[in-house]
Amino acid sequence: MNPVYTRPKSLTNVVTHYCPGCTHGIAHRLVAETIDELGIQGRTIGVASVGCSVFAYNYFDVDFQQAAHGRAPAVATGIKRVRPESIVFAYQGDGDLASIGMAEIVHAAVRGENITVIFINNAIYGMTGGQMAPTTLVGQKTTTSPFGRDPGTQGYPVKISELLSTVKGAYYVARFSLHNPANVQRAKQGIKKAFQNQIEGKGFSLVELLSTCSTNWGMTPQNALKWLEENMIPEYPLGEFKTGEGE
Amino acid sequence: MEKRVRFNEDHCKSCELCIGVCPKKIIRLRTELNRLGYHPAFVPDEDQEKCISCALCARMCPDAVIEVFRP
Amino acid sequence: MSESLLMKGNEALAEAAIRAGCRFYFGYPITPQNEISEYMARRLGEHGGVFVQAESEVSSINMVYGAAGAGGRVLISSSSPGISLMQEAISYIAGAELPCVIVNMSRGGPGLGGIQPSQSDYFQSTKGGGHGDYRLIVLAPATIQEGCDLMATAFDLADKYRNPVMILGDGMIGQMMEPVVFPEVLDAASLPHKPWATTGNEGRERNIISSIYLDPEELDAHNWRLEEKYRKVRENEVRYEILHGDDAEWFFVAYGTVARICTAVIQRLRKDGVKVGLIRPISLWPFPDEAFEKVVDRAKGFLTVEMSTGQMVEDVRLAVNGRKPVYFYGRTGGAVPTPRSVERRLRDMIDGKAPSQTDYFDRVGGAKK
Repeated sequence: MNPVYTRPKSLTNVVTHYCPGCTHGIAHRLVAETIDELGIQGRTIGVASVGCSVFAYNYFDVDFQQAAHGRAPAVATGIKRVRPESIVFAYQGDGDLASIGMAEIVHAAVRGENITVIFINNAIYGMTGGQMAPTTLVGQKTTTSPFGRDPGTQGYPVKISELLSTVKGAYYVARFSLHNPANVQRAKQGIKKAFQNQIEGKGFSLVELLSTCSTNWGMTPQNALKWLEENMIPEYPLGEFKTGEGE
Repeated sequence: MEKRVRFNEDHCKSCELCIGVCPKKIIRLRTELNRLGYHPAFVPDEDQEKCISCALCARMCPDAVIEVFRP
Repeated sequence: MSESLLMKGNEALAEAAIRAGCRFYFGYPITPQNEISEYMARRLGEHGGVFVQAESEVSSINMVYGAAGAGGRVLISSSSPGISLMQEAISYIAGAELPCVIVNMSRGGPGLGGIQPSQSDYFQSTKGGGHGDYRLIVLAPATIQEGCDLMATAFDLADKYRNPVMILGDGMIGQMMEPVVFPEVLDAASLPHKPWATTGNEGRERNIISSIYLDPEELDAHNWRLEEKYRKVRENEVRYEILHGDDAEWFFVAYGTVARICTAVIQRLRKDGVKVGLIRPISLWPFPDEAFEKVVDRAKGFLTVEMSTGQMVEDVRLAVNGRKPVYFYGRTGGAVPTPRSVERRLRDMIDGKAPSQTDYFDRVGGAKK
């Protein structure tokens, strides 16, 4: 029998703490596949954030640092400046990156830090129990927007990829979705490009991945994928927003 | 018989994403629970030959439970 | 022997850090310590080092976390409000047991306060500052030369104990100029190997830098392991200076800039035959209790002088433990105790005109009415 798909060796062989059907697991797998394919496991250093991905360091068989809430790009900057030969990636959710960590992500991009950022956008705070995120859709019900996000008092969703694409120092900014195999495959190619860029010294790369949170959205994992496709993609269009440094 | 699609059933959380994408509709959940307390996904032996080794199930699996082989 | 150079305190400390092998500096502008950042921006590159001006103190200290975790010899500097902003990450750094040196050229608070010298960050520096059970090793130089010498010590202690070390100065130490002699630049090869650092797991098990322990038993064990480390620091790293410990009956207790003022007052008072001495804590944490043990039997009283409303005096009272009276005199917000005002309060203490120990000397002199 010839292998068509086997478990990436950069993943540790443990059960994750993620809920059933959580697309964090898919994103982890894609990052691990990329690390394997690029042959960089021995020199990759990950940075875990705060939120559901706080334990990411348990799941990748690479060196890892666990950062304070929102500060993963600053921590990654510190690592990369000490070890420019290492491949450094931060793995952050939307509460971490797009809310409390907005300054850190923007300025890491402004400096053109040669790091890779994997940004999970599932429109909600998962770990703390389903509160409104900066990425929560207008009208979306969460535990802190129980009547639906009201733009009059709670503002509009933050579009990180669009925002960062205006930053001259950013080299690669792209948004993909994990709601079906074809899109997962595209996301994989984007992630690989984001790591390849770092290997080639091209600078800051961020891949935003539209993801699900079936537990806090209150639906089955399969229905969550459908909800993502029907509700998130219209608000967060997919594509590569920036490839190459400059305006 | 060598299996075309193999599940690490101890790690499965029965999210059914694999079931949703399988074009041959051959993935099922066991009636028994695994040690995590989930009904793990599997492909019955008699259906292994129906698998076309497309690996869509493996590419959607959030828990890296599935490995796929081609004869 | 190197030549003696006349240098501003902030710049001298920066040079001392480079000579101690520091190659990574992360900062954010704040008065009165900007000369450290500016010096590093100019000079670190000459030594193959890296200077980064971050977007905030929050970010700069998290860069320190990453860089220290990756095995770098890392310095950061700021002043009081900036240090306040860093407290979360300092707690993380202590929790994850990462070595780094933090310089606080402290200024008056609370809030935005002022930019003049102050010692009102003693509590923040020595009692925690951030959340959780942790300690910083805190070193307080009284001269620029001592600051430079302590810089090398600070890096070594940070590596030895895998703990953040703070050099607590004040605007005066940072801004004044004094002659200073530096050691030769440390050979990078002599720096300690850090097998725990995240450097890539080629050929070994992966290394993880983290401070999260969700299991209560694990966190409890972690905290007690840290406490065991701090106990070793208490046993081995107490630093202090005693002046006239052999005959003094009355003691000033002061650190940093204020200790210099007290030293000047002591010279004058001793000409009048007043048997006065000084206890100068150099390590504010661990606090030098043993210095008090050496003199407490003969001492008639202690006068703690600080540029605060009374912070270190609490540790002095704990060390003296009620055996002798402990009085306090302080000025704040950039107002520096003058030698004359310090002398007057000591004479008041000797003459039995001091306020109660739980009170304080009136700022215009004599006992508070």
